Amino acid sequence: MPLTNKVKIPIGPQHPALKEPENFTITLDGETVVDVDIRIGYVHRGIEKLMETRNYIQNLYLVERICGICSYTHTVNYVQNVEEILNLKIPQRAEYIRTLFLELERLHSHLLWLGVAGHEIGFDTLFMYTWQDREVVQDLLEMISGNRVNYAMNTIGGVRRDVSDEQRKKIMEAMDYLEKRSQYYKEVAVNEKTILLRSEGVGILKPQVALKLAAVGPTARASGINVDIRRDDPYASYAETPFEVITTDTCDVFGRVVVRVLELFEIIKIIRHLMNNLPSGDIKIKAPRKVPEGEAISHTEAPRGEDLHYLHSNGTDKPDRYKVRTPTMANMPSVAEMLKGAYLADVPIIVAGIDPCMGCMDRVLVLKDEKDDSGQILDMENLRRYGIKWYERKGWK
Amino acid sequence: MVREEGVEVMDLLLSLIYLLIFPGFLFILAFGLFAEYMDRKIYARIQRRVGPPLLQPLADVIKLSAKEDVTPEKADKFMFTAMPIITLAAVMTSFLYIPIVASSALHNFEGDLIVVLYLLLIPTLALFLGGWYSGSVFGVKGGIRVATLLFSYEVPFFLALLAPALVAGTWNMARIVTFQNGHLPALTITILGFIIAIISLQGKLERLPFDIPEAETEIVAGPLVEYSGRRLAFFRIARDAEMVVGAGLIAALFLGGPSPLFSITPIYLSWIVGAVIFLLKTLLIIFLLILMKSAVARIRVDQMVVLAYKWLIPLALLQMLIAILARSGGWLL
Amino acid sequence: MKTPGKMLPKIFGFIFRKPVTVLYPKERLSPPPGLRGKMKFHLDRCISCSLCAHDCPSGACTMHTIDGKLRPVFDLDFCTFCEQCAETCPKDAIEMTTEYELAHYKRGEAIVK
Repeated sequence: MPLTNKVKIPIGPQHPALKEPENFTITLDGETVVDVDIRIGYVHRGIEKLMETRNYIQNLYLVERICGICSYTHTVNYVQNVEEILNLKIPQRAEYIRTLFLELERLHSHLLWLGVAGHEIGFDTLFMYTWQDREVVQDLLEMISGNRVNYAMNTIGGVRRDVSDEQRKKIMEAMDYLEKRSQYYKEVAVNEKTILLRSEGVGILKPQVALKLAAVGPTARASGINVDIRRDDPYASYAETPFEVITTDTCDVFGRVVVRVLELFEIIKIIRHLMNNLPSGDIKIKAPRKVPEGEAISHTEAPRGEDLHYLHSNGTDKPDRYKVRTPTMANMPSVAEMLKGAYLADVPIIVAGIDPCMGCMDRVLVLKDEKDDSGQILDMENLRRYGIKWYERKGWK
Repeated sequence: MVREEGVEVMDLLLSLIYLLIFPGFLFILAFGLFAEYMDRKIYARIQRRVGPPLLQPLADVIKLSAKEDVTPEKADKFMFTAMPIITLAAVMTSFLYIPIVASSALHNFEGDLIVVLYLLLIPTLALFLGGWYSGSVFGVKGGIRVATLLFSYEVPFFLALLAPALVAGTWNMARIVTFQNGHLPALTITILGFIIAIISLQGKLERLPFDIPEAETEIVAGPLVEYSGRRLAFFRIARDAEMVVGAGLIAALFLGGPSPLFSITPIYLSWIVGAVIFLLKTLLIIFLLILMKSAVARIRVDQMVVLAYKWLIPLALLQMLIAILARSGGWLL
Repeated sequence: MKTPGKMLPKIFGFIFRKPVTVLYPKERLSPPPGLRGKMKFHLDRCISCSLCAHDCPSGACTMHTIDGKLRPVFDLDFCTFCEQCAETCPKDAIEMTTEYELAHYKRGEAIVK
C-alpha cells in the first residue's frame, strides 16, 4: 500500500492565478506536482467560422479581436496573406508604420507580462510600476491610431493612418523615458533576491525537450534556442532594421524574465531606427474587393512567439477557410512538461511564464465523455443541433 | 469604612475602563483599524495609487458583519465557529499586559512576557485548525502551510524577544521597560534582536514576503477560504489587533516603551504623554513592516524554512550571546 | 550576497508624491484629436450607394428608407468604432468625432441618423 497521498486539485477554470479560464487538473503528492491534465476550450468563440461569413474588409476587424494584446500581429498576418494572393506590393512607408506598431505592441505586451509575473509571485509594487509605464505606450498608440487596443490600423494595401512629424517627436520622447524605466526594471528584475528565489530553477525546459515539443517565442529563447521569425523570415520592414535576438540558456522562468526585459531595449532601438529613417510616400494603395482563388501562409513574431495564419480563398469576396495557430497553443505541451516535478507554489508562475493568452489559443473545443473517455468531433450542423437540444432539455425555447 | 469602599469601587471602575475602553477592547479595535488604514494607504502611495479613505477598514468590518455567514456542509460546525472567537479573544487578552500608559500595565508579574508570547501563539494555531476543519482542499493546504510557517518564525521571534529580558535580567515586562529607561544604550546592544524580531513579526502576521498561507494567486485564500460574514470579520479584526500587539510588544521591549525623555510632574499628564509616545513608537514599527511588505516578492514555504533556520535562528542565538556577555560583563551597569 | 529589497531606495521617494490616478469624473484627460468616437453623418452628401452598410463588420450600419430615400442608420450598441464606413464612403458623408462618453441606459437609444 503506497504511503503517498495523491490529491487532485483543479486549477481553473476560475482561479486567481489565471487571467483567462483554462483547466489544469494537477495531481499532487505533498507539495510536488506529479501529473497534469490540461483541458482547453473555455474561450472558444468560433472566429474561424465567422470569418467565412464576412467579406475581406469586414474580416480585418474580426481578426483583430482574436486577442487583445497581440491583436496587431493577427491583423498583419491576415493582411499579408491577402496581399500575397492579390500580388500587391505595398508602399515602403506603410511597411515602416506597420513595423512601428508591431514593436510598440511588443513593448506594451512585455511590460504587461512583467507586471503580471510580479503579481503572480506577490510583488505588487512591480506590477503597479510596470503598468503605469505601460500607460505611456498606450497613450502613444491612442494618439496615432485612435484606440488603445485593437487599433484598426491595417487595411488591405497599406495602413489607414499616417504618423505626423509631431507624433514622431512624441514617440522619441516617450522612448527616452521608457529606456530609463527599462534600465530600472533590468536592475530590479535581475538583482532582486526574492525574484531570483522564486524564478531560478523553476519551470525547467531543456533545449531538446523544447525543440521536440515545438516551443516558440521567449519560452524557447530562454532555453537557448535561437529562433526569431523577425530575423529568420523577415516581413514588414525587419529586413532593413538592425536588431539582435536575445537568448539565454538558463532554461527556467528567470531566463524568460531576462529575455523579455532585454528585449525591451531591442524594441526601443528598433523604434528609434524606424522613426529616424521613415521614408516618405503613400500609405496605402487601392486593393480589389474580390480575391482570386489561391492560398497563402503568413507567420510573424508575436510578443509570445510564432503566430501562423493560413488563408484559402475561392474567388469571391469572402474567404473560404481561415486557420490560425497562435503561439500559446504551441507552448501548451511545454507547460505540461514543465509542471511535472514542480512545487504547487510554482504553478502560477510557470503558467504565467509562457505569457499565456488563452483567448488566442482556443481554436477547437474538446468534449470528453467522463465515463469512457471517448471524444466526438462535431461540425457546424451537429454543433447547432446539439446546442438546440441542450437548451430544449433545460426547458428554454 | 466608606472611604475604603470608595477606593475599591474606584479601583473596580478603573479596571473596567482599562479592560473595555482604554487601552482595552475599544481602543485596540480602533487602533487596529487605524493601523490597517495606515498599512493600505502607505502601501498604495508607494505604488503611486490613491489608497482607501480613513474609515475604510471600519466600513469593511461592518460590511462583512452584514453579509451572510455560510458554513460549508463538510465543515465541522463547532470548530469552524469557535476558531475566530478564540483568535480574537486571545489577541485582545494579550494586549492587556503591554505597558501603554506607564512602564507597567494594569497588572504585572514575573513571567508576563512568556504569557503574552503564548497568547500570541494561539491565533496561529486557531488559523491552522480553522483551515483544517473547513472541509475544503484549499483550506487544508493552507492550514498545513500555516503549521509549517509556525515552526519557522516562532523560534526566532521568541529568541529575539528573550534578548532584552536577558539584558535586564528579569521576565517581568514592566521591569524590563524601567531598566531600559534607566540605561539608555540598551537598544545599541539589542539592535540585532530588533531586526530579527521585526522580520519574524512579519512572518507571524503572515504578511508579504511571508504571506504563504494566504497567497492569493496560488491557494485562493488559504485557511480562510471558506469563511465569510461575521467569522471572517473576526479574523480580520484579530489580524489587525495582532499587528498592533506585536508592534507594541517590540516597542515596549526594544524601544523603551512609553517613556518620556524627561519626567513630567502631574502624573496624569505624564500618562498621556507616555501613551502618545508609545503610540508613535508602535506606528514607527508598523511603518517598517509596511516598507518590508512593498519591496519584496513572496517566497516559497520551503525557502522560508531555510531562511529561518539558516539565517534567523543563528543570528538570534548570536544576539543572545551578546546579551549574556553584556549583562555579565557589566557593560551597562 | 544579494539582499532582498532592491527597490527600497526608489520607493521612499514615492510615498509623498502625488498619485498617478486621474480622479475621473472630477478630472478628465483630454482625448487626442485622432480618437475614434461617435460618428457624424452629413445627410446632404449621401448618395445612397450602401457601401458603408456593406463594409460594416458588426452590422451597426444598416440602410433604411427615410423620406423616400435609402439612408444609413448607425446603431451605437453594435458599433466597434473602426471607422471603416467613413473610409469606404466615396462622398465623405461620414465623419468621426472624438466624443467618447456614450453610455446610456436603454438598448437602442443611441442612434445616429
